[in-house]
Amino acid sequence: MISVTGVTKRFGDYVALDDVSLEVPDGSLTALLGPSGSGKSTLLRIIGGLESPDHGSVVIHGEDQTSVAPQRRGIGFVFQHYAAFKHMTVRDNVAFGLTVRKRPKAEIASRVDELLEIVGLAGYQKRYPSQLSGGQRQRMALARALAVEPKVLLLDEPFGALDAKVRADLREWLRKLHDEVNVTTLLVTHDQEEAMSIADQIAVMDHSRIEQVGSPRELYDEPATPFVMRFLGPVTRLGQQLVRPHDIALSHDALPGSSEAQVARVVHLGFEVRAELELGDGEEVAVQLPRNEADELELAPGDIVHVRSTALPRAGAPGGGTDEEPALSA
Amino acid sequence: MTVSRPWQLGLRVVGLAYLALLLFVPVALIFYRTFEHGLGAVWESITTPAAIHAFQLTLEVTLIAVPLNTLFGIVMAIALARGRWRGKGLVNALIDLPFAVSPIVIGLSLVLVYGVHGWLGGALTDAGIQVIFSVPGIVLATIFVSLPFVVREVTPVLKEIGDDQEQAAATLGAGAWTTFRRITLPSIRWGVAYGVVLSVARCIGEFGAVSVVSGKISGQTETLTLLVEKRFSNFDIAGAYAASALLALIALATLLAMTAIKPRREEGDA
Repeated sequence: MISVTGVTKRFGDYVALDDVSLEVPDGSLTALLGPSGSGKSTLLRIIGGLESPDHGSVVIHGEDQTSVAPQRRGIGFVFQHYAAFKHMTVRDNVAFGLTVRKRPKAEIASRVDELLEIVGLAGYQKRYPSQLSGGQRQRMALARALAVEPKVLLLDEPFGALDAKVRADLREWLRKLHDEVNVTTLLVTHDQEEAMSIADQIAVMDHSRIEQVGSPRELYDEPATPFVMRFLGPVTRLGQQLVRPHDIALSHDALPGSSEAQVARVVHLGFEVRAELELGDGEEVAVQLPRNEADELELAPGDIVHVRSTALPRAGAPGGGTDEEPALSA
Repeated sequence: MTVSRPWQLGLRVVGLAYLALLLFVPVALIFYRTFEHGLGAVWESITTPAAIHAFQLTLEVTLIAVPLNTLFGIVMAIALARGRWRGKGLVNALIDLPFAVSPIVIGLSLVLVYGVHGWLGGALTDAGIQVIFSVPGIVLATIFVSLPFVVREVTPVLKEIGDDQEQAAATLGAGAWTTFRRITLPSIRWGVAYGVVLSVARCIGEFGAVSVVSGKISGQTETLTLLVEKRFSNFDIAGAYAASALLALIALATLLAMTAIKPRREEGDA
């Protein structure tokens, strides 16, 4: 388990982390999710020992590591831009941590081969990083980090420099790898979809603080703040309420609590249909509904429909939330 | 930028004529005049005891100055590229001083510090150490004028590669020295090599500062460049040409070494 308690970090006048506490359970894959500048990378680097906190402590597996050098923390760290040792072959990259530890040559060789097998780079031993694709380089970096059998694995935007297709593949692959090697993993990302799809637990960060920690589902269904609600998925405003576009029902007839709206645009997104509506007071609402429902309603621009929220009222519902941040689209 | 055809040709002619008149022709003429009267005369004039000593002294001074400046250059480049410390900007500017100040001024300032009546000279003389008009002075002057090359070659390379790889090595358990030896040094090796080649060329060719501090004692404190100048002023034109040709040959060899390094250096950056 990683326990971060009351960590504060300043860079000059800028407060990067403001009294942050977090627990990462053993064997979990936890994501630190937040926009750029929210402090998530700084937190990860403090846990890895690459930065030191001004206040607070970092405990890994029961041992206080706050002032321990990164060399002796027993961590594996993966960087956004791979940090591949460019002048070394794939084999030497992966073997680096073991050669530093002066392990016997035969042991190193078999361990490297085993790891390259796991990350799908068997047969690439003699290549140089410049001869690998971005995705391959990052898998090599993962093998290199895993070679020293770290107690925890820290990943800083590991797929951030890759294109969308490779990113999605590697994400799946990382989740499977995590289930195989089962090492406690903390992953920094700004991509909510990435966090939702692979993490057991997500800590959402904003403005140098942790806003909420929970499972992907908890965060999506019960966001503690308007920020978390916006960051985890698309939102739209219906009257005074902030709701998800799929939590709005449309009907031809007026129902209790519904209000009248005119269809401005209908967008077909395959299985789903997005309808952009205009309320009587000129407010715009985005609604997402399954295609068969849209077909039943025969939605067309200019139609008058009735809208109402089907979202369950919940504790801490960010109904009166301010609308400062722009809504994020899925 | 697109330039019309006649302009292109014109610019090429001007550029090549400029290089030819200022560089190729004079250097070629030196070799021509040197070997005009056959190899025998040349051999004789570069194997006199004074010439051999001058050649040895030049090599000796270079072999002391270049390793020292390489060591200093690498350490300083790491401090400039990686460190966060007060006065970095000032030090960064001061490193270029040897480029900015005329070598003859450097020579004079060394006399002011280390001369018999200089700031440190009195104490050194009492301790039996003579710096000015002696080999240590020549070494000092040469170190001074060739100081910036390695720093200036290595700092941008360090900045470009960033510290990701060094941090990765640290998280994998490598200490500072292992990281330097196995990660940093191999990454900057072509920058270092390039800086060393430029330093060697500068050390061998240095004249102004050395001329002030050496005392020009034949067979003792006379370097190759000083020998050329002495022969030239003594109307031993053939001898001057022969020694010049030797200097030019060493310079050409270092230049060739540099071009041999260049392509590999670019590959390393890719």
